[in-house]
Amino acid sequence: MSTQSLATQPIASPHAHGGNSVTRTMFRVQLALAPATLYGFWLFGWPSFFLWLLTILSCLGFEALSLKLMGSARIKVTLWDGSALLTGWLLAMTLPPWAPWWVAIIGGFIAIVIGKQVFGGVGQNVFNPAMVARVALLVSFPVPLTQWVAPLPVTSLAAPDFIHGLQIFLGNQATPDAMASASLLGYTKTELSRGIDLLHSLGGDHGALFSWAGTRAGSFGESASLLILAGGFYLLATGIITWHTPLAVLAGLAIPAAIGHAVDPTHYLSVSTHLLSGAAMLGAFFIATDYVTSPNTGAGQIVFGLGIGLLTWIIRTWGGYPEGMAFAVLLMNALTPVIDRFVKPRILGRDRKGKPLDIPESKGA
Amino acid sequence: MGVRELISRLFVGEWGVHPDDHKRPAAEQPVRVMPVPARLYLPLQQHLGGPARPVVLVGQRVRKGELIADAQGMVSAPIHAPTSGTISSVTEITAPHPSGLTLPAIILDADGADEWCELQGCDDPFALTAAEIGKRVAAAGVVGLGGAAFPSAVKLTGAARAKVTTLVMNGGECEPYLSCDDRLMREQAAGIVDGIRIMLHATGAQVALVGIEDNKPEAIAAMRAAAAGVDTIQVRPVPARYPMGSEKQLIQVLTGTEVPADGRPADIGIIVHNVGTALAVRTAVREGKPLISRLVTVNGNCAANPGNIEVRIGTLAEEVIAFAGGLKGDGLGLARRVMGGPMMGMQIPHWRVPVVKGTSGILAFDAAEAAEQEPNPCIRCGSCVKACPMGLLPLEMSSRIRNDALPDAIDLGLKDCIACGCCAYVCPSKIPLVQYFVHAKGELASQDRAKLRTDATKKLAQQRQARLERETREKAEAAAKRKAEREAAAAAKAAAETSRTTT
Repeated sequence: MSTQSLATQPIASPHAHGGNSVTRTMFRVQLALAPATLYGFWLFGWPSFFLWLLTILSCLGFEALSLKLMGSARIKVTLWDGSALLTGWLLAMTLPPWAPWWVAIIGGFIAIVIGKQVFGGVGQNVFNPAMVARVALLVSFPVPLTQWVAPLPVTSLAAPDFIHGLQIFLGNQATPDAMASASLLGYTKTELSRGIDLLHSLGGDHGALFSWAGTRAGSFGESASLLILAGGFYLLATGIITWHTPLAVLAGLAIPAAIGHAVDPTHYLSVSTHLLSGAAMLGAFFIATDYVTSPNTGAGQIVFGLGIGLLTWIIRTWGGYPEGMAFAVLLMNALTPVIDRFVKPRILGRDRKGKPLDIPESKGA
Repeated sequence: MGVRELISRLFVGEWGVHPDDHKRPAAEQPVRVMPVPARLYLPLQQHLGGPARPVVLVGQRVRKGELIADAQGMVSAPIHAPTSGTISSVTEITAPHPSGLTLPAIILDADGADEWCELQGCDDPFALTAAEIGKRVAAAGVVGLGGAAFPSAVKLTGAARAKVTTLVMNGGECEPYLSCDDRLMREQAAGIVDGIRIMLHATGAQVALVGIEDNKPEAIAAMRAAAAGVDTIQVRPVPARYPMGSEKQLIQVLTGTEVPADGRPADIGIIVHNVGTALAVRTAVREGKPLISRLVTVNGNCAANPGNIEVRIGTLAEEVIAFAGGLKGDGLGLARRVMGGPMMGMQIPHWRVPVVKGTSGILAFDAAEAAEQEPNPCIRCGSCVKACPMGLLPLEMSSRIRNDALPDAIDLGLKDCIACGCCAYVCPSKIPLVQYFVHAKGELASQDRAKLRTDATKKLAQQRQARLERETREKAEAAAKRKAEREAAAAAKAAAETSRTTT
């Protein structure tokens, strides 16, 4: 059947529509991200704003370029659906807040061109584009991608002003040593590798309390776990996502963490540290819930989410990298078609295997 | 709610959608009776099954209720003159079908007298046998008035054979905009209850469950009052959720049982009838009157005065709208004409299409209601999966169909699709999913037909081959036999010769 004949005016029912649209959905996700983003700007200052802006512009630019090269007649419509913008936004949230400008450009290229358009554009990609870019950047440029800065609220005197911020972003100004810092996960991993156990490395102060307010080193958008969580609840309330994926991700991370911590608190971080550090919240509510790359059924999403949580914990605990959310998401993305194949809803009047239910003997005609 | 259902609720969520029902103010207006128009257009195919066969001649005078086309085949329904008048012609007219194709129809010019033919009623339908009731219902041309227009008598007599225990009465009317069943239940509850009792008698079912969506409290109250004291009839409010009025869904909600995928409700001891059908059955059995009129909801943003109209079958939609109060601004801003409900009704090309037995609504939609938008690519959001009341994966099915992988779509459950439209209603990308499925089912049907034809041809060819082989064999045998005879004769002759020469 030709797609043309389908694209012409539909004659089949229904003659009504609920009013939902891709643009509206994407807009709501962006709205949910806004508080954490604004807080991030406040924490990390102008450089983080430039990074955020350029990552989004880069994604939009590469999306437009790809569509133009492919001869698409729907460039404007596609840009307007907000999916490229969201990809850029999510990618920016996972980058070190003071990452230089070229990280934004290359990240946008990898996310949109390699992560999305080569698969056929919106809806066709197997992997989460933002996570493809995040992982490719991390593997290719480990130094700038792990250079964290201590939060320095815009209002504080030491915070870079607009011009200084731009200079940092453009790479003309080295990050002051005093500000370089390590993320909690990175710090504990390094210390563990030096033979210093968690009880000593974390001392008394580095608890979860520290991160509730988000005032600590980390990716631009992931420190403010509470605001991310609030955004996640907004998505749940508006029905954009269901509880299955986020709950499963958090459970998949929390359950092994609880067991590990109970067995050996000197080597395994606590549940709250795991949940509030790194991209756990962002990943659970905003990344793993990506429509395109996650399973379609609630049960499938639970399998998917548990997998992400568990893999994240494994990578954080034993892997070479301090944070594993991005890798875990990509691995489970690859499994999504398999999950969708095996976890299907039961059809009314059929059993789980798709066989028609038995017709009762006595009633049969 | 059982544990299993609770778990399934938790993991699968709630099927269906909650469209804005747009039922009021049309549902609040009392039914208006439309006078007989000057001319009626009666398609021969108004029901599921074989088309009716005309039994009148052009120029013949008929009275109201007289048979003008008779049922043809096992599943069919006759058609009667909705008023008295003269048969003007038997010709092709635009049928209530989105293609705008024509269908054969009888055209009747009304004489204005509206004079009944002789009717044979029955004072005590409960003294009749099930077969007699079935015969009367069949003769009255009663079909399911919910929209599918399946001949009711076929269902009733089939139910008696299949030992049905439960009669589910469908007063769901889950389609937005429509309120004809609502109005009927409010105004004629007693007649409907009487009809249900006749149906119970005819089917042998012990109990009738009347399912009415809880957004129609007046109808529920009216039906409860009418059914008070009849302990075989239970009025059961059901949640207002589309498609609650779909057979399989209503059965599931009311009885907790599921119709097997390759079976019918009768297989699990249930039959489903629309409440309007109950009234038509009552009229047919008690008064002997055939089905010649019905309630039609006129609604939509473009309708000047929405409401429910009692219309003779065969009246043009144009005239119904004019009677109802016309279109706002003479149809300025009209974007889509729909017959039936917005979720499963059909788009019609113009208003010169007649009301048939299954017509529940005439809707005049403006651009905002018609929601015509360019489809975007699927973002796999899964909204359709959550909405599907059958538990299908519409997004997967449509991607298979788009890639011409029909067998894969069937494996995913294409044949279980009831075309309710929930998936397309919720789709943020505005993909015309039902269009895909209807197309695929059509394709499937034509493939099946083609296969039947090839099979038939193959069988013929095989038979011919066998016949030819048999003929050749018989010829050869005959030839061999003749040869043997000849040889025997020759041998006998030779023997005779030899004996002569020797002697």
